[in-house]
Amino acid sequence: MENFNIFIRSIFVDNMIFAYFLGMCSFLAVSKNVKTAVGLGVAVTFMLVITLPINYLLQTYVLSAGALSWLGPEYAEVDLGFLSLIVFIAVIASLTQLVEMAVEKFSPSLYASLGIFLPLIAVNCAILGGSLFMQQRDFPSVWTAVCAGGGWGLGWLLAIAAIAAIRERLAQYSNIPAPLRGVGITFIITALMGIAFMSFLGIKI
Amino acid sequence: MAEKTSNKSVLFNPFSKDNPVVVQILGICSVLAVTAKLEPAIVMGLSVIAVLAFSNVIISLLRNTIPTNIRIIVQLVVVAGLVVIVSQLLQAYAYDVSKQLSVFIGLIITNCILMGRLEAFAMGNRPWPSFLDGVGNGIGYTVILVIVGFFRELLGSGTLLGHQVVPQCFYEAGYVNNGLMILPPMALVVVACIIWVQRSVNKDLQEK
Repeated sequence: MENFNIFIRSIFVDNMIFAYFLGMCSFLAVSKNVKTAVGLGVAVTFMLVITLPINYLLQTYVLSAGALSWLGPEYAEVDLGFLSLIVFIAVIASLTQLVEMAVEKFSPSLYASLGIFLPLIAVNCAILGGSLFMQQRDFPSVWTAVCAGGGWGLGWLLAIAAIAAIRERLAQYSNIPAPLRGVGITFIITALMGIAFMSFLGIKI
Repeated sequence: MAEKTSNKSVLFNPFSKDNPVVVQILGICSVLAVTAKLEPAIVMGLSVIAVLAFSNVIISLLRNTIPTNIRIIVQLVVVAGLVVIVSQLLQAYAYDVSKQLSVFIGLIITNCILMGRLEAFAMGNRPWPSFLDGVGNGIGYTVILVIVGFFRELLGSGTLLGHQVVPQCFYEAGYVNNGLMILPPMALVVVACIIWVQRSVNKDLQEK
């Protein structure tokens, strides 16, 4: 039950885009039409679900203070916390590469539709941000990490699909002042959606 | 002479005409998250300038030895190493600010400005222009951070760098701080206004 709450919270209350503004670069760059936006959203969700538990296990059994005590009592004092950034980003970058190769081998059609986005994910701040929040919040078990990763990913997917749908319509039907066209108006829409999402803040599950 | 002018434009173009934030649309995440107050915005800007300049130099020195297939991992490792140094320095000398910035110092690694500049400039240029490019883009980023931070702190809390700016008699006359400015969505609106002003002045940046 606890994990389910975290899953729901991660989608709506702790939404990566509207509450923390992580992954904004690709959010702004790839939200011109719904189809590619959903493709990128699925890829991000997938990476979050994989990398969060792996980084959680690394954090618990290798990196945090005293985590190495399973090697023997003489390692109980070791604190490798300062290495966590490098380890997390290495895990993310190499997994992105692995997933890219696996998808290319086993499902060429999915690869063709996601192709260009997969390598971009390594530098999507939402992925590294997820791992850093996981480290900050001391999740109780690896399943919590899986649920939070899935929730953050779905929240991101929801946000980018919504903004892409709005932008498609805007491009057809509205008359925006020239200097605001493109990026400017997207910022303002994102701000309005962020304010709307703040209404989830008071909800206790 | 030709090289001198190009070095100069490499350093100064990112300030407005080629600004990394409002023209290239890179590194938005941190602009929104750390600018509720002016002080963390300035610290964040300085950290990014340092990391960007030095990673540009290092990658530029290594550019002929890095195999293209694994260049992203190499770049990430170089940047991550520099970010760890900055984050340890901040924790040692400016603990309060590093607490406020929380995960966003770590997120400098995935700041798109870094990857963008490394890919677009440092991989193809010599160390000295790369250094200037790093400093220039870092300053361009800091300028936006400071502008956004200035307006959000002034209108949201009535202070600047923690000092009271809006005089007490204003509050007695019924002036109220705009609490909405503290919340992250308003940073987006402030950035959108900067884009609006800048594109009204530079007509050639407007999108069709």
